[in-house]
Amino acid sequence: MSDSGATAALPDPAAVSLAIADLDRLISTLRDDGRVVIGPTTRDSVMTLDEIAGAGQLPRGWLDEQSPGKYRATPSETATAFAHGPPSMSWKRFLHEERTLVISTSRTNGAMVIDPAPAAPEKPLAFFGIQACDLAAIGVLDVALADDAAYRRRRDDLLVVAASCTDSVATCFCVSAGTGPRPGPLADIVLTELADGSLIADARTERGAAVLTRAGLDTAATEADCRSAAALVDAAAARQTRHLDTEAIARAAAAPDDVGWDAVAERCLTCGNCTMVCPTCFCTSISDQTRLDDGCAERWQIWASCFSLDFAYVHGGSVRTSPTSRYRQWYLHKLVTWHDQFDSSGCVGCGRCITWCPTGIDITEAITS
Amino acid sequence: MSREPRRPSVAIWKFASCDGCQLTLLDCEDELLRVAELIDIAYFLEGSSATSDGPFDLSIVEGSISTAEDIERIQTVREKSAAVVTIGACATAGGIQALRNFGDVEELMRIVYATPDFLSVLDTVTPITDHIDVDFELRGCPIDKRQLLEVIGSYLAGRRPQIATDSVCIECKMAGQPCVLVAEGTPCLGPVTHGGCGALCPRFGRGCYGCFGPMDSARPEVLAPLLTTMGMPEDEQYRVFHTFNAWSEPFRDQPRPVPVTLSERSTS
Repeated sequence: MSDSGATAALPDPAAVSLAIADLDRLISTLRDDGRVVIGPTTRDSVMTLDEIAGAGQLPRGWLDEQSPGKYRATPSETATAFAHGPPSMSWKRFLHEERTLVISTSRTNGAMVIDPAPAAPEKPLAFFGIQACDLAAIGVLDVALADDAAYRRRRDDLLVVAASCTDSVATCFCVSAGTGPRPGPLADIVLTELADGSLIADARTERGAAVLTRAGLDTAATEADCRSAAALVDAAAARQTRHLDTEAIARAAAAPDDVGWDAVAERCLTCGNCTMVCPTCFCTSISDQTRLDDGCAERWQIWASCFSLDFAYVHGGSVRTSPTSRYRQWYLHKLVTWHDQFDSSGCVGCGRCITWCPTGIDITEAITS
Repeated sequence: MSREPRRPSVAIWKFASCDGCQLTLLDCEDELLRVAELIDIAYFLEGSSATSDGPFDLSIVEGSISTAEDIERIQTVREKSAAVVTIGACATAGGIQALRNFGDVEELMRIVYATPDFLSVLDTVTPITDHIDVDFELRGCPIDKRQLLEVIGSYLAGRRPQIATDSVCIECKMAGQPCVLVAEGTPCLGPVTHGGCGALCPRFGRGCYGCFGPMDSARPEVLAPLLTTMGMPEDEQYRVFHTFNAWSEPFRDQPRPVPVTLSERSTS
């Protein structure tokens, strides 16, 4: 991602300045356009993602700490709404739902009729405040799910208001993954928040510029504010301590049998949390179900995890019965064979698999030691 | 004039259990009339005093095997039934009464009953699969209503039940529920527990206590050290793994800690 490095250029001279109150105008404009606005919000003391109706629902004044197997968010005196690590869930669920109806069948005059899934009239989405790693993950899903009609429908209509990261939590490694902390090319608008909560909005597409115009946001950002914003993002990048070990990955690619997988797998619960929170894990299984009320059948596409025994079930049993074989499969797919399959890494450096692994298995050092 | 297809006859049996799982059928309030249209509930003492001698197309069995009479009766159920589905922790894992498998049954009887001479029980309590072939096991203490309807519906459609066997964590994440273990430091058995409840306890901010038993590749030995770091003493860990599904491997194999006396604990 060319414009995501730690020393990227200052925001465009056309960048505009936003007061905190202007966020409501921006969100209202998106909603007036008929969009469902999804953004970070605090629920059960965790920063998660949900539909938001106004800037008041953003996690303003909340800070989070993330470390292997541990997440804590606490209210603080800070004026910022975007200085936090990746939210607990990834944005994939809004484009690639955990359950999607594929087809259903009905009986009409004694004959079975197959009905394609009703393309429910859905409102187009706007992602508000998506961070660089998660935006890069959408780029990854765009390739992996290119043939998924439900994904494409939502994705094609999506408008993206990204947020530069002005802080990094301990599990972040987007710099090493090459995805952040500056949002990459999929954004329509990039927001960068200053310490007092005011922001700089940088339109990256004509569509994004039109939204800012319709919202009446046209106060040119000062050069001083642009410099401050750039410095905050640079500082966030500099705070990252985790790095993907490219040498270890190359060794694993060359000689996967020589990797000490058992040492990692000893700590693996095979619970599947890493795959569920990963913004690029896209696997699903198919479930055929029948309804009791009318005898009709439905085929559902449901999220699946390669850590589940059933995932690799073929005639006679699962081909990956040991935790070692399942961890190895996930790691090698994510970091090695993803390149062969989709021409990129499957890891964007969000660090969710590290934070939300109950035993804190760390993908950046899983096979180094 | 078309003839109505014969409804499959269904029997619901109780062995050593609390009746809560078969009650789940009556709890299917919105769906119960439709279920009764689709199946002929031929033997269900909790629902009707009218009984049938069988044979039955489907037997749903609750409870574990605790007495010599149980062993004979479950053989009869199998002989009379084209398909047998067991429901609940008792039928699939022995249930809470299987705790006696870890002790001396004679001693326990003396502690619990004033006149233990009247009792005639087996030394161990065992799940139904230890005695007969079972076509499908539905987990839970108690079972989940939606899953029971899925099992009945799949039987009627002649297909395999769509019941996931992986962890409660998968259900939490599917529901968008943040992890209580990671985000709050609440001890939770979700990572080793069989899903099916829809992550009921975590959705209410509680840790999972494992009432669906071990998931398909549960690793309690990996979770236990984590529970220790969260401040759960080893004897408490032993207890959380030894509740409703104590006799299920690998929960069964969790080591019993050296007993700690109250005075020792207060000084530690």
